[in-house]
Amino acid sequence: MEVTTENPVAQSRLSGLLGPENVIVTTVEQLFAWAQGHSFWPLTSGLACCALEMMACGAGRFDLARFGYEVFRPSPRHADLLIVAGTLTWKMAPPLVRLYEQMPESKWVIAMGSCASGGGPFVDSYSVVQGVDKILPVDVYIPGCPPRPEALMHGMLTLKEKVMAAKRRGGKK
Amino acid sequence: MQESASLWVGLGRAIKQAVLAATGAPWVAELVHTLAGVVGILSIILLSALVLVYLERKVCAWMQMRLGPNRLGPYGIFQTIADIIKLMTKEDIQPAQVSPVMWGLAPVLLFMAAMTTYAVIPFDAGVIFADLNIGIFFFVAVGSQATLPMLMAGWASNNKYAMVGGMRTVAQMISYEIPLVFSLLGVVMITGSMKMSDIVKAQEGLWFIVTQPIAFVVYLIASVAETNRTPFDLVEAESELVAGPFTEYSGMRWAYFFLAEYAFMVGASCIAATLFLGGWNGPFLPGWIWFFIKVAAMIFLFMWFRWTFPRIRVDQLMSFGWKVLLPLSIVNVVVTGIGLWLFFPLV
Repeated sequence: MEVTTENPVAQSRLSGLLGPENVIVTTVEQLFAWAQGHSFWPLTSGLACCALEMMACGAGRFDLARFGYEVFRPSPRHADLLIVAGTLTWKMAPPLVRLYEQMPESKWVIAMGSCASGGGPFVDSYSVVQGVDKILPVDVYIPGCPPRPEALMHGMLTLKEKVMAAKRRGGKK
Repeated sequence: MQESASLWVGLGRAIKQAVLAATGAPWVAELVHTLAGVVGILSIILLSALVLVYLERKVCAWMQMRLGPNRLGPYGIFQTIADIIKLMTKEDIQPAQVSPVMWGLAPVLLFMAAMTTYAVIPFDAGVIFADLNIGIFFFVAVGSQATLPMLMAGWASNNKYAMVGGMRTVAQMISYEIPLVFSLLGVVMITGSMKMSDIVKAQEGLWFIVTQPIAFVVYLIASVAETNRTPFDLVEAESELVAGPFTEYSGMRWAYFFLAEYAFMVGASCIAATLFLGGWNGPFLPGWIWFFIKVAAMIFLFMWFRWTFPRIRVDQLMSFGWKVLLPLSIVNVVVTGIGLWLFFPLV
């Protein structure tokens, strides 16, 4: 945590209080990271066939609810996680970016499947976004065409590791 | 009449006497006694919401042959805690076009209405915050105030889905308020009192669910609609309205709405347990444990409804309310009146 002030005495005291060895601040950060990592609420949004695997992931055979990630919220204001599940065309790109911008902070993006990760079979197409990382900050890429539900779960758990590890190091996302 | 005073009555008296001994001022003791009641009610609401969100997910999972949350702590019991802490860390977005005062006030007002209804709920013999002689009327009057914050949220959000959701709330809650009140009227007619303690005492021999089965069914359906739960959750119908009046709320503001929804559900279950299931009456166990068991059974019934029935359409909702429930509840009032006239003629 960076705190600056004009007064050198206050600066030294602040750095002592809020420095890396401080227990309270780091503990709260880790608590928040723990909570954020264990409670991703994805936005209900599917673009193509990967969305069906995403739905299967929530159903009885695979049960995403075990990890507490099954709370698919319809409104971007309630969601933490944007799973780009499927082929993104340039026509659909502006609404998707708008949905991402409407989500409140501490938000993450998962690129699910080959299309979202890098164009997939449509890599030569004029109308397909060649990977959503061209327009959105992607945290986790999941390969597969489409990925199996286990792969999506593994992607979300990898994102959990990432969220908690970033806060452990004291760095930003 | 129960001879032995409840554990909680004794606790309240002990607090009062301890404060009286410490300060020597009776008004301080009264104040602390009242505040202890408020804190008790608030902790009941918060704890029940904490537990019920977890139970809702577990019951849902059980009904859909899934496991539900089971990774965070034993049987996943820390899942709700993680969710709440995460909601606290979320950014508080206030969209540019909202009306700030009304928009900010709506969740608080809704929670206030939910919390005020708990004043007249008798948890045990003597354990009631205010045993008003218009108790059940107070519950209905305050409970129906929930309509206004929903409309405020919908209108102030300046969002078409929120607005439609708010208007639907008003239509639905006003329509179902009427059969709800008429269904409670049968119990009030038999008891001859609106006071909660009198209603419970009248059920020492026979619960009113036996003498008023139709009223119980009408109350159950109408209260599901009042609390905006599936199959009547048209207010936040995800497939049509994004999230209804809650669309623009993020983080803890939205959590307030969620808390109020659960508080209303527990309140409706408490009233059902008091009016139809005999309140705190029951053999062997202390009264508050009986009340807890009855309320838990009612809450399970609400959850069972939620995960069994699909959402109905708006026109079906309206015609069911006005053409089926309302005539049924009026017929119940008439039949109850005839029964009272035949078997208990006025002196």
